[in-house]
Amino acid sequence: MRPFLEAYTAPKKEIPRRVYLTVSALVGISIFAFWSVLSYGELVRPDFLPKPIEVVQAAISGYEDGSLIVNTGVSLTEIMAGFVLASIFAVPLGILMGSFKIVEAAVEPVANFMRYIPVSALIPLLILWVGIDIEEKIAVIFLGTFFQQLILIADVSRAVSHDLLDVSYTLGADRRTVVTRVLIPATMPGVVDTLRVTLGWAWTYLVVAELVAANQGLGYFILNSMRGLFTDQIFLGIMVIGLLGLITDQLFKLLRDRLMPWASES
Amino acid sequence: MAKLRIEDVTLRFLPKGGKPVTALDRISLDVAEEEFSVIVGPSGCGKSSLLRLVAGLIEPSAGMISLDGKVVTRPGRDRGMVFQSYTLFPWLTVQDNVEFGLKLGGMALAERKRIAKRYIEQVGLDGFEKSYPKQLSGGMMQRVALARALANDPEILLMDEPFGALDSQTRSLMQELLLNIWEQSHKTVLFITHDIDEAILLGDRVHVMTARPGRIKEVVEIDIARPRKVDVLTSTEFIAIKRRIMALIHDEAVRAMG
Repeated sequence: MRPFLEAYTAPKKEIPRRVYLTVSALVGISIFAFWSVLSYGELVRPDFLPKPIEVVQAAISGYEDGSLIVNTGVSLTEIMAGFVLASIFAVPLGILMGSFKIVEAAVEPVANFMRYIPVSALIPLLILWVGIDIEEKIAVIFLGTFFQQLILIADVSRAVSHDLLDVSYTLGADRRTVVTRVLIPATMPGVVDTLRVTLGWAWTYLVVAELVAANQGLGYFILNSMRGLFTDQIFLGIMVIGLLGLITDQLFKLLRDRLMPWASES
Repeated sequence: MAKLRIEDVTLRFLPKGGKPVTALDRISLDVAEEEFSVIVGPSGCGKSSLLRLVAGLIEPSAGMISLDGKVVTRPGRDRGMVFQSYTLFPWLTVQDNVEFGLKLGGMALAERKRIAKRYIEQVGLDGFEKSYPKQLSGGMMQRVALARALANDPEILLMDEPFGALDSQTRSLMQELLLNIWEQSHKTVLFITHDIDEAILLGDRVHVMTARPGRIKEVVEIDIARPRKVDVLTSTEFIAIKRRIMALIHDEAVRAMG
């Protein structure tokens, strides 16, 4: 035990990959084991905590009757539409805002006001204006992510070193080429990191919107399962969201490593 | 006739919520064609600002700067610059960094490649053409920055404490490298440093600046024979010049502290 502590308790020190993976696996297995003991041992009321096998069965029947696929599809469509729409506007505007004072003056006060309003506070108004269909969910995700992206990307753009722009001028660049050939590429790793973080937040806004008012989607699936006390389905819904989040996060990581091998670690 | 002419240049600025500061006060200075000119001064004397003025990155409050008789109003590729901070483009390989200015100038690919290759070899980085900046050491990055500036074939090379962030062994290797390159090309150089040894080792003339407001206190001709090697640092003529410049700088440093 003592040499183990010696070897693996130094702050910020690398540990062997094998040890790393073992620890991760052990924690995962322990959580699963704890769940199994509680549910199979009936230490918790069965209608509060489903058995693992019941969640698997719920997944199979959800797949077979189509409800799982349809609701997942709806949620994915909503989140992608809202997120892509927000990003299309936030990325260019954020880059300009961080590097042109005139744009900052125009946009920053509004952005700062909007980003302190929890998007859940806007949901009633959006339902009133847009309804409870897919358009409303897209609007919620758009408003929830757009202003956060804007502020974060402006910071990324602001952090691009002055010297990098200045050296470009001395190499013969004009203002336009400094923006297109230097400022924009220099912000790219930070932009991808921002998108990666805000996509995680977008999931939160989506589920909140679906819990408040919806007739489709994973949030609706969870809420509807609660009404019948189908905890196995609630677990299933939560796990699908977690899994989709994990997959999209890894896709962003892959994208960054593939497209920007030159960038330092985020 | 002077290649670079700085005439009565004054630079004032207004710090946020403060009183106006005169950073540079009526500076006049000439750099001749093929001259290696050095400006040395205590920190905060405005020597970096002076270089930025020559580059056209900032504008003087009064006075005039001209290169080959043309008044400097904006940055341009005739005045190449190497900064103290690392300014390579992280998303470009060593090769593409060196080609950057040539590409902007519209030069054809084959010609660009040929020139870049020459300068990458000259700074001793052949074999690293495909490396990205994050894979290079500080000294290597500054060598690429030098190659990138030289590849553009500027009329004058402006160097702002380019070796200031390097450790002392690397710094003296870089000084030797720069001396070698300069012997081959005799490019006109204006070099800023606070390191007196570096100033004397490299320069034909050393302009000693006063503490703020920056003025030229004295111009010292360095008539140590070229080509020079790092071992001139211990010669008696070097030490005599160093003693003189140290005394000038010392007065200024004391004045700045008081």
